[in-house]
Amino acid sequence: MKKKRLKNKYPRKYGEILLGAITWAAALLMTAVLLYIIGFIVYRGAPYLKPSLFSPTYNSTNVSLLPALVSTVYMTAFALAVALPLGLGAAIYLAEYARRGHKVVRLIRLATETLAGIPSIIHGLFGMLFFVTYLGWGFSLLAGVCTLAIMILPLIMRASEEALLAAPDSYREGAFALGAGKLRTVFRIVLPAAAPGILAGVILSVGRIVGETAALIYTAGTVAQMPFAEGGPPLIDVFASVRTLSVHMYALTREGLHTNEGFATALTLLAVVMGINAAAAWMAGRVGKNRS
Amino acid sequence: MNVFDIQELNLWYGKFQALKDVSLTAADAEITALIGPSGCGKSTLLKTLNRMNDLTPDCRITGSVRLRGQDVYADLPVNELRRRVGMVFQKPNPFPMSVYDNIAFGPRTHGVKSRLALDETVEKSLRSAAIWDEVKDRLRKSALGLSGGQQQRLCIARALAVTPEVLLLDEPTSALDPISTGKIEELLLTLKKNYCIIIVTHNMQQATRISDKTAFFLLGEMVEYDNTEKIFSLPRDKRTEDYVTGRFG
Ligand SMILES: Nc1ncnc2c1ncn2[C@@H]1O[C@H](COP(=O)(O)OP(=O)(O)OP(=O)(O)O)[C@@H](O)[C@H]1O
Ligand SMILES: [Mg+2]
Repeated sequence: MKKKRLKNKYPRKYGEILLGAITWAAALLMTAVLLYIIGFIVYRGAPYLKPSLFSPTYNSTNVSLLPALVSTVYMTAFALAVALPLGLGAAIYLAEYARRGHKVVRLIRLATETLAGIPSIIHGLFGMLFFVTYLGWGFSLLAGVCTLAIMILPLIMRASEEALLAAPDSYREGAFALGAGKLRTVFRIVLPAAAPGILAGVILSVGRIVGETAALIYTAGTVAQMPFAEGGPPLIDVFASVRTLSVHMYALTREGLHTNEGFATALTLLAVVMGINAAAAWMAGRVGKNRS
Repeated sequence: MNVFDIQELNLWYGKFQALKDVSLTAADAEITALIGPSGCGKSTLLKTLNRMNDLTPDCRITGSVRLRGQDVYADLPVNELRRRVGMVFQKPNPFPMSVYDNIAFGPRTHGVKSRLALDETVEKSLRSAAIWDEVKDRLRKSALGLSGGQQQRLCIARALAVTPEVLLLDEPTSALDPISTGKIEELLLTLKKNYCIIIVTHNMQQATRISDKTAFFLLGEMVEYDNTEKIFSLPRDKRTEDYVTGRFG
């Protein structure tokens, strides 16, 4: 017995070492590429991260990114405010109320998946024809928000539906058996259990919004200004044309005059994305506190 | 006194008849055991008692089920019925929240808001389910961190928190080790003084250890229903005898 195992040990060990080496190398390469990109951006961008980049108004000498940063925050917040209730509501209907496996449910799911696969430029084109031209909103924050909301809707819907379906039926049974109604069961038991998954969908959506350029150039335009109305903050002019950080970067690098400031903007964008992810992870941790 | 009175109950899942002419009563301060081979309809019968079958599409029922004289399918709002008839499942299913919130969920559902009343109910229920000492220092921690046996007693406590009259248990110990099983059996024997308990079990010893009455089911029919001693020592039906002596099939 023992001898046999000893004999088998060597080939397996070599295989294991080889496999270990390959996975290690892959992980190392991945990390190296990531670190190189980040390092490159920091190296090129950090020296140009000057206070003038954060002045409240943009002009061609200071190329301030603050208006774009503020616009990005509003764009993200509003797009989520539109898409999250709609997407989550649809997901709750599909997962909890519609009859499981029904034809209509499958059709809706197929439509959502298709919608999720459409390139963003097509969303942009639709947004331009419908919101900008047909509804006459012009290049505006509002048109951008609505276009982005449509773009992330399937993402949020799918993530939420999957998260809801992943909550075991034994939770639902347990709640019903205590005399809880459907509404209470869904909102007090199932939804909290699904929260981390829903949040993952939201994080993904934020990534899409912050990184979006094509769809926004066609709908929100490229004016580098704060989205505020005459009276100033907190009043917002939803019909103001604005650019987000990504669009701002695109504009700077395309003009070719402010490549360095472009890198500084990239660095800021990186920080914003990391900040959002950290906040989301913190929130997921809080929500999931009692779920492990 | 009879708490549940079931008369000529028939149940279909679509075209398949899962219960055939079942008539059965369950009394206060007694444990009634439902035994029988897999698929004979024990869980189905249990689920008709608190109307969990409502959740199953194309499930059809004829006959009557009365809880202290009230028809559970006509005279009682379903949420009120489920408050009065608690249920514990085969696999412990604590909610993914703290121990405290698990117990408080039921009372909160039925309108208890006062912090003081909730605190009191939580402690009382946990004590009744013989798990207070084990969890009193971790009421705010997740219930999912408890052991399987503790989780099952927590689920019993959760059911007790809405002051039911009946406890339905569907193979509550089949996922547990012998020591946890022993604790739950002991607990049920204490609880039976104040509740009508109906338990499904595959464990013959368990039925003899804790139940007063036993009903034997086969293919949706209730073959025999009598005092537990009688069923296990002097069954009237040949099929019951074969089953309880392990000569079945
Ligand atoms: N939702 C359902 N739809 C269709 N048939 C069902 C459904 N639930 C149960 N059945 C069928 O009804 C019969 C009785 O099922 P039930 O779960 O009551 O059996 P059981 O006696 O509890 O068995 P076990 O000991 O395995 O738990 C089985 O033949 C089962 O296949
Ligand atoms: Mg069963």
